[in-house]
Amino acid sequence: MVNLTTKKNPIPEQKPLVRNKNFKEVAFGYSEKTAINEAMRCLQCRTRPCTKGCPVNVRIPDFIAKVAEGDFEAAYQIISETSSLPAVCGRVCPQENQCEGNCVRGIKGESVGIGRLERFVADWHARHSKPEDAPKPAPSNGRKVAIIGSGPAGLACAGDLVKQGFDVTIFEALHKAGGVLVYGIPEFRLPKDIVQREVDKLLAMGVKLVTNAVIGRSISIDELMDEEGFEAVFIASGAGLPQFLNIPGENYLGVYSANEYLTRINLMKAYRDDYDTPFRVAKRVAVVGGGNVAMDAARCAKRMGAEEVYIIYRRSMDELPARKEEVHHAQEEEVIFRLQNNPVQIIGDENGYVQGIECVQMEMGEPDATGRRRPVAKPDSNFVIDCDAVIIAIGTSPNSLIRTTTKGLQANKKGCIDADEKLQTSREGVFAGGDAVTGAATVIKAMGAGKKAAQSIAEYLYAKDNKSNGGTDK
Amino acid sequence: MYKIVNKRQLNATVTMLEIEAPLVARKAQPGQFIIFRIDEFGERVPLTIAAHDKEKGTVTIIFNNVGKSTKMLGQMEVGDALADFVGPLGVPTEMEGLKKVLIVGGGTGNALAYPIANGMHKAGIEVDMIAGYRTKEIVILEDELKNSCTNLYLMTDDGTYGEKGFTTVKLKELLDTGKDYDAVVAVGPPMMMKFVCEATKPYNIKTIASLTAIMIDGTGMCGGCRITVGGERKFVCVDGPEFDGHLVDWDELIKRGTFYRDQEQEANKHVCRITGGVRQHG
Repeated sequence: MVNLTTKKNPIPEQKPLVRNKNFKEVAFGYSEKTAINEAMRCLQCRTRPCTKGCPVNVRIPDFIAKVAEGDFEAAYQIISETSSLPAVCGRVCPQENQCEGNCVRGIKGESVGIGRLERFVADWHARHSKPEDAPKPAPSNGRKVAIIGSGPAGLACAGDLVKQGFDVTIFEALHKAGGVLVYGIPEFRLPKDIVQREVDKLLAMGVKLVTNAVIGRSISIDELMDEEGFEAVFIASGAGLPQFLNIPGENYLGVYSANEYLTRINLMKAYRDDYDTPFRVAKRVAVVGGGNVAMDAARCAKRMGAEEVYIIYRRSMDELPARKEEVHHAQEEEVIFRLQNNPVQIIGDENGYVQGIECVQMEMGEPDATGRRRPVAKPDSNFVIDCDAVIIAIGTSPNSLIRTTTKGLQANKKGCIDADEKLQTSREGVFAGGDAVTGAATVIKAMGAGKKAAQSIAEYLYAKDNKSNGGTDK
Repeated sequence: MYKIVNKRQLNATVTMLEIEAPLVARKAQPGQFIIFRIDEFGERVPLTIAAHDKEKGTVTIIFNNVGKSTKMLGQMEVGDALADFVGPLGVPTEMEGLKKVLIVGGGTGNALAYPIANGMHKAGIEVDMIAGYRTKEIVILEDELKNSCTNLYLMTDDGTYGEKGFTTVKLKELLDTGKDYDAVVAVGPPMMMKFVCEATKPYNIKTIASLTAIMIDGTGMCGGCRITVGGERKFVCVDGPEFDGHLVDWDELIKRGTFYRDQEQEANKHVCRITGGVRQHG
């Protein structure tokens, strides 16, 4: 029996003007009844276009069928076969461009709420699983693989390799595992105990985690391979280097990279009184950029007590790269969008503190050679937005530490590590994926890369065995 | 956890701790730093590596008990352990091509100058050193410094020990007498380093400044430690901590260093003198 309602079941949320003052999760999630009702909207169509949109190939119609039957644990097992972080993906994936974007129900109405269902299933499992259900370590094949970085790419790769018996060690530069899931994405979008739960699951399966290890400084990839016995390395170090605008005034006090601002709040928990993290509360905050990170920073600024928060972006609403849902949430929380404006300088007082940001208005220019219209500045349209903090959220690029400390590792002009379709780098036994290769992208793409790397690493190591056997029969 | 294996009070407010951190000790070189975190609730605080012992797997840090975190750290004892201790971070001191170097240290900065002096001395570089202190009471590491250089010029601002005067006075005197140093290295409060750089400029001597800045991760991620060097944006954590002092925008650096001063003073009131480094919750 198919539920033919054209609209998704709404997900209950905290009220906007309540939630913009706390760090608790915005959405509460489906009840069992709502989940079953939503699952019944799935047509179980034969073409399964949703699965083609999933970078980690979750068997979407199959898990939804189990939800519709009320067998939530079976649904969880189906998702777990291919995804190591279902509770995370259900929350932060841009489903509208992936699975849900392909859903047949989306042609005449709204797609099935696949993300909401995935989240429901993962949360249901977490609530109902018993300690004895914890995953057990697979029998070890004794072969050591090092993973650099414990973000989504690293965690996904570790999960797939440890299931096959590899002896996996993750090296993390910070004091906590999770990468962007813990330092970047705020608690109100992705509660940190959910990330911790996923990390703990991997540790229970036998993955080793070394925090406070900066690869390239504490130990190099060459040392890992030559001295520590790692046969393969997966570089999943992300894109952590913040970009700045390169306009005057960016070093005034009160100008932050989004990385710094978010790390203080999310990783270092500046919003909690019991943490020592220093933080200056600003009254008027200008966030430069239009992506998800800009939305996160703006919504954090509200919650940290700012009276007015602005998003400054040089194009219009239609071109905002952030997810529609995030933009909508930010608007509901009274973040003010000052679009088609481009910053030209940051203004400071005599002590070097930020006072305002000068912008110029933008309009769409004539189409260029590629046919794309680019924003151009309107003459004499400069104006100043008063503010006491500016957050630069215009993107990140990969950190140079690993590529400059690893012999023979090639990277492109943007600093992204070169890797082929199997994620093999220019160094034998060294693989790379996620933002370290593509530049800043999404959690789920990084996870997809992590899975692919796991497969390539396994193939590489088995092939190496065959070679060293010299083709003789054994 | 990273266990404290040795503790020595160098003066009333400066403490030296030797900490078990094999991964850091293995690779540490002069000029590099670590970041520590006392416990789950602590800040991440950068400190220069004062010494390291590869065999024992230990790293020594020296710090002034001025902020909440360093005060709490100063109250920890041998056997206590820190939650986090990561490094070595930053680019090691560049020694290539140097034959004769003058190191200028100020206050607690002398503790940070010590590993550089010692490293250069061991590498066969002739090292002279000016160690400046406010007053006799706060003189630290005199023997260690003596053993790391050819000539140690110990100065106090008030003349209670060594020669009277600021480090820059001695610096000019040495440069005027025609001592031809390949480089001057300045380590200390930013204001002192700024003056050292101003003093050496007319002599056209390469001057290296070892900088500290507000930072979180120490790997280039937060950008909080950005400064302007020769008109370009640099990160103290990964491009430094040592820079050409003649190119550093000192006024900007000094201002940026004060950003959390109010919070720091407020937090300072809340260091419990009874429990020390051990936080009591609930």
